[in-house]
Amino acid sequence: MTQYFNEMYQGGKVRPPYARLEDWMKAMPAELRTLKQAEAEDLFRRIGITFAVYGEGGDPDRLIPFDMFPRVFTGAEWARLEKGIKQRARALNAFLVDVYQRGEIVRAGRVPSRLVYQNEAYEKAVAGIKPPKGVYSHIVGIDIVRTGPDEFFVLEDNCRTPSGVSYMLENREIMMRMFPDLFRENRIEPVDTYPEILRRTLASVAPEKCTGEPTVVLLTPGHFNSAYYEHSFLADLMGVELVEGADLFVQGEFVWMRTTEGPKKVDVIYRRIDDAFIDPLCFRPDSMLGVPGLMDVYRSGGVSICSAPGAGVADDKAVYTFVPEMVRFYLGEEPILQNVPTWQCGKADDLRYVLDNLSELVVKEVHGSGGYGMLVGPKSSKDQVESFRAKILADPGNYIAQPTLALSTTPTFVAEGVAPRHVDLRPYCLVGERIELVPGGLTRVALKEGSLVVNSSQGGGVKDTWVLAE
Amino acid sequence: MLLSVDHVTRYRYDRPVRAVMQSHRLTPSKFDGQKVRDWTVTVSDGIPGGSFRDGAGDRVQGWMVKGPVSEVEVRVTGTVETLDLAGVLRGHREVVPPEVYLVETPATQADAAVVELAKRAAGADGALSMAHRLSELVAEAVAYKPGSTQSQTTAAEALAQGQGVCQDHAHALIACARRMGLPARYVSGYLFADAEGVPHEAAHAWAEIHVAGLGWVGFDPANRCCPDARYIRLGSGLDAQDAAPIRGVARGVVSEILDVTVAVQSLQQ
Repeated sequence: MTQYFNEMYQGGKVRPPYARLEDWMKAMPAELRTLKQAEAEDLFRRIGITFAVYGEGGDPDRLIPFDMFPRVFTGAEWARLEKGIKQRARALNAFLVDVYQRGEIVRAGRVPSRLVYQNEAYEKAVAGIKPPKGVYSHIVGIDIVRTGPDEFFVLEDNCRTPSGVSYMLENREIMMRMFPDLFRENRIEPVDTYPEILRRTLASVAPEKCTGEPTVVLLTPGHFNSAYYEHSFLADLMGVELVEGADLFVQGEFVWMRTTEGPKKVDVIYRRIDDAFIDPLCFRPDSMLGVPGLMDVYRSGGVSICSAPGAGVADDKAVYTFVPEMVRFYLGEEPILQNVPTWQCGKADDLRYVLDNLSELVVKEVHGSGGYGMLVGPKSSKDQVESFRAKILADPGNYIAQPTLALSTTPTFVAEGVAPRHVDLRPYCLVGERIELVPGGLTRVALKEGSLVVNSSQGGGVKDTWVLAE
Repeated sequence: MLLSVDHVTRYRYDRPVRAVMQSHRLTPSKFDGQKVRDWTVTVSDGIPGGSFRDGAGDRVQGWMVKGPVSEVEVRVTGTVETLDLAGVLRGHREVVPPEVYLVETPATQADAAVVELAKRAAGADGALSMAHRLSELVAEAVAYKPGSTQSQTTAAEALAQGQGVCQDHAHALIACARRMGLPARYVSGYLFADAEGVPHEAAHAWAEIHVAGLGWVGFDPANRCCPDARYIRLGSGLDAQDAAPIRGVARGVVSEILDVTVAVQSLQQ
């Protein structure tokens, strides 16, 4: 029986950060809870926030369940997480600058060249380009799981356009509206500074050709995109224009926005469109979403694109294994946040270990996604394990294995009252002239009892995430 | 050789379009085999945009034509001094690692027949002779026949029908080379056709294969040779689309008629 770290109760005692929440929980009659839950749902529906997180599929108009029980970190816990997250964001950006310039980390033999240069996310078109302030990934979303009081592991890095931050902001907003007392009794660090810090971050990477106050816009694929709500929400809070490809055009050395007062020069584009679609003259010629000629302006220093095209080469599943190595190589530091130990079946020693421990491990295809072609050892029958063994042996290089992680639990409101449910965390690190992290993030919770899957398409919900002031 | 180029591309739209955007790779590459005497690119009513040298060493220049416009003319004129370097791209500065050119694209995807053809060069002594062998194999397998293929034809399709034009030869050679572990890329440029030459268009394309120790080496299966002083190199890419000298879109286009004339002449021997 696996032991899970319960973030609220340890050895029958309440951990200090949750002390006041225990009183709150106990003082709340069941009828009030039902009422409040209905009120929260109503608020979310009225706001219109119904998109699927991280493009994980499912009904786009379905409301993601909101759990009112907050997830809490102490200031000390957060301080360490913050250092680790910022360190990782710095290393990932250093890696991106390097692989598009001299590729020192590859030359030094610390990262296999094939993983970088034959990666489908490597963009030849930006080789040799150093974006302003040396930043490729301006918003780094790092998915973290906790397995013990001091044990945090990074599951995945998202260097392109991580979504979900609107949940972080809305969850807090709704909690404050429904339970103002909680925010008087607990000293909770604010997260509502995020849009302003994001705007400042984006403005700080304006190109050198920009003189004066930079004009920032948010480029969306349009209202049919599942994250459109988030795009308009963020643009609104930042006080910048929300634009689609057709609202922008290239003329001369710059990008311009059509406005009622005539064309206005655009300096920084926070794009929520994939690389392949941003410019039909450089990438997919059939794209109708992008801005023709944008890449020529970008590459000649007339506009900044956030995240920079090509940033995806740092957040690949296979490249992930090497992030601790990036921290050592570029920063000369030891990684504060650990990766989930990963065995590469292509290596003889690793393969032996994996085959010997198959029923305990999670085995994934290197380029697989969405949970396909995956073995969850502890949840599989003997036959399934054996047939998977044959698949690995046929093509070992195609598989990696990881331990089944004991995700921590936090108290969650369920039909019977309050019960522990497994959670993960996605903080959003902002990288510009400075590196900043709002104290909080998006906590996803697996609402099904015993489930370790927090994806909203599989019964996951979201929670407000608190960091207590010291 | 001293070669002169006069290359005119005319786009006609059946109804005026709102705007035309283009990205050009129409400037001769900088390497030991060619030296530009003079070179001009003009776009009718065009507003020049950003210009830069990209990671592959190509000079890229953006253009915009404000509408309404129903005809756009791109004219390239100039003279270039060329040297025969036996296909070797000596003195060319680029930062993209050769390994990047091992990645397949839809146009250069190998099918069983491509793999089969490529394997016939397996016994070659070293990368250079393998590259030569592959170029010969492609020349034998795909006969030059203008009009037999379209711009969308893939390497596998050209090989299957056994005929094509220079674009198909280049794609087929690239597909074969990558399959044999040799980085390969598509090159667009011009070719001066002398009297004895095989007939072909002066706007030409060939392949480059990376040979360790030697660098990038050009191979032109269509003419069964390596690029020499008759060739002017413009730019490269993973395939024809990626290496296109002109990429463009017109906003509000209904239908477009394209007319290209290229004249490459030798001014002195």
